[in-house]
Amino acid sequence: MKALILVGGFGTRLRPLTLTLPKPLVEFGNRPMILHQIEALAAVGVKDIVLAVNYRPEIMTAALQKYEEEYGVNITFSVETEPLGTAGPLKLAEKILGKDDSPFFVLNSDVICDYPFNQLVEFHNSHGNEGTIVVTKVEEPSKYGVIVHKPDHPSRIDRFVEKPVEFVGNRINAGLYILNPSILKRIELRPTSIEQETFPAMVKDGQLHSFDLEGFWMDVGQPKDFLSGTCLYLTSLTKKNSKLLTPASESFVNGGNVMIDPSATIGKNCKIGPNVVIGPNVQIGDGVRLQRCVLLQGCKVKEHAWVKSTIVGWNSTVGRWARLENVSVLGDDVTIGDEVYCNGASVLPHKSIKANVDSPSIIM
Amino acid sequence: MLQVPMRGKSGGTPNTKAVILVGGPSRGTRFRPLSLDLPKPLFEVAGHPIISHCFAAITKVPEIREVFIVGYYDEAVFRDFIKDCSRTNPNIAVRYLREYQALGTAGGLYHFRDAILKGRPDRFFVLNADVCCSFPLNEMLRLFEEKDAEAVILGTRVPNDAATNFGCIVSDAHSKRVLHYVEKPESHISNLINCGVYLFSTEAIFPSIKSAMKRRSDRPRLVSYPSSDALTDRQTFPQEDDDDGETNEVIRLEQDILSDLADSRQFYVLETKDFWRQIKTAGSAVPANALYLMKAFQTQSEELAKPSANILPPVFIHPTATVDPSAKLGPNVSIGPRVNVGAGVRIKESIILEDSEIRHDACILYSIVGWGSRVGAWARVEGTPTPVREHSTSIVKNGVKVQSITILGKECAVADEVKIQNCVCLPFKELKRDVSNEVIM
Repeated sequence: MKALILVGGFGTRLRPLTLTLPKPLVEFGNRPMILHQIEALAAVGVKDIVLAVNYRPEIMTAALQKYEEEYGVNITFSVETEPLGTAGPLKLAEKILGKDDSPFFVLNSDVICDYPFNQLVEFHNSHGNEGTIVVTKVEEPSKYGVIVHKPDHPSRIDRFVEKPVEFVGNRINAGLYILNPSILKRIELRPTSIEQETFPAMVKDGQLHSFDLEGFWMDVGQPKDFLSGTCLYLTSLTKKNSKLLTPASESFVNGGNVMIDPSATIGKNCKIGPNVVIGPNVQIGDGVRLQRCVLLQGCKVKEHAWVKSTIVGWNSTVGRWARLENVSVLGDDVTIGDEVYCNGASVLPHKSIKANVDSPSIIM
Repeated sequence: MLQVPMRGKSGGTPNTKAVILVGGPSRGTRFRPLSLDLPKPLFEVAGHPIISHCFAAITKVPEIREVFIVGYYDEAVFRDFIKDCSRTNPNIAVRYLREYQALGTAGGLYHFRDAILKGRPDRFFVLNADVCCSFPLNEMLRLFEEKDAEAVILGTRVPNDAATNFGCIVSDAHSKRVLHYVEKPESHISNLINCGVYLFSTEAIFPSIKSAMKRRSDRPRLVSYPSSDALTDRQTFPQEDDDDGETNEVIRLEQDILSDLADSRQFYVLETKDFWRQIKTAGSAVPANALYLMKAFQTQSEELAKPSANILPPVFIHPTATVDPSAKLGPNVSIGPRVNVGAGVRIKESIILEDSEIRHDACILYSIVGWGSRVGAWARVEGTPTPVREHSTSIVKNGVKVQSITILGKECAVADEVKIQNCVCLPFKELKRDVSNEVIM
């Protein structure tokens, strides 16, 4: 089987992290975001993976080479010279996606969930039509495009309603699809949207079905959602009794959902959790309080600091008695001085913060 | 050349007394919420009541044998303080003189003239208790004698834009003579301001007050309206009440006497280059604490905690307080009696009052923690530093005027991990959520 992952542009929404690494390589739960998808695809027997990118493929090429071997997959970059939207890249990769009659997966690289690829394939084959969209139920469908089914069918899609004012349903497009190669005939090689052009055409022909996603789902394309997604991911690991999590029997773990890389060091009298990810070679000083935060590789949180709802970037340093909260995001190699308070500070790489950031702002 | 000691005008050894003006309870409103539980002059900065810093300066003038505390607090208020003074300085008689009605600073002196004049002193110091400075009284005395003065005022330079909030002095740069004096002028006159510390000859001051009183009854003082700035101030913070029922008997040194003295030509100014601050608002206790601690550090006072990796001097720790060795304190921190400071605590530029408990890993910056308060683990109680030359303790943040120093009143509690920033919290409040830029009733 084959898959295409829509990586797209600069990942500006996840800045300042994406000023240092392309978004797919930013670690989510201590592994590059894209690795979660590659692993799940490889597990259902996908051999060919196309990454549709329109910038800096050279950094990714090197990083992804080792995963090709590790997971026994071929990873090809399909580089757009101009952005082709969400459907154009499929056409661009027609040679690979259309090389045989088996269906292919299309994934948005920002989406994190329990990938149900086996069931998805099974379901797709069972209905025999051209495409299946994975859908997830949301509480407030008015913010999304909602899927409405044919009255006489549980999965065949009747229409899409963009940002409905009145309740028409609560299933939204989760950004994961499985499609037959035949749909490539529907796409022209130009900037074009799969959601707005290809799918409505398929719906018209009764060729598109939906598949309900079980468990969590999150678009983690921006820092606030990256943190929420991390909480959901950790919660799902807890439910599965995952070995990736630090056991709650550790004295410093508070409230569970804590993932700590074995190479990280933790000081005395810390209180960590719930919902904390600590990356490789991270150093945590004595008396540190961490909750709902992600500490990326090589960063250092000094003694007595208090960190909540924050992403601490690679190799950054958080000073003694510093307090970070409210979706603060530190880029690579940022230094937060001792006793400094950061409220929603978004700090670009290599900056040193010596005075309080009292209200959410970007520190250039 | 042999220095011949100057003789007093009455002949013999000059006789000098001192008066500390403490005001009264109705005048301490700007010192709320701390003055709700303790009269301002007894509030401790750098480990000692504000008034005792004045008294300590007076004891450095060897010839002073008698000190009066003048104010309209209840007698009981200063009883213990006076007892302490007599114990530490048995050679100095300290007496409290209570005004039963507000007479103004000069009116009060005049009212008690018999007590002050007893023993025919040649001169006496007047110190406002709400002033924090090094009180260079001996230097004032030297200038007084050198110039054969009738009055010497202590002056200091402030930034031009701050000067109009104070009494402004125009002086002859060479002779140090005061040429002109205006209390809180509307426009810029001088940046040399009145520090609230005076030395008067008894022969000159009482007649001067008497003639001011006479003038007053002949021609009542014009009512002056507060400037617009003072009006906006009033809406934001509790201000000193103006004496509404003010009668002609109220005679103030600043408004009614000093400008007349400037005309008498025997009025001189000693300009101090040392620190000077007013202690008006509760928040101003933090800079005052810092200045007095710095002074104690410079004079190598034995009272201060020994500097170490975790003690950044100057720090005062009361002998009965318990401080975990992993806590980092200073600079400019005073820890009161029986205070308990936990492991990994950080305290900087703050006053922690007696019986308070600061739990582990808490962080306290630019704040005052009231008597018997509790600050939780990983809590953060934070004010904002004001520039050293600034004479105000409020700052403008997002266009709103807020207290720069965070103050917790008596027996307040801050829950674990909660952040309190730029707040004033009245006594007995429990703070369970983050709060900033508020007065918490």
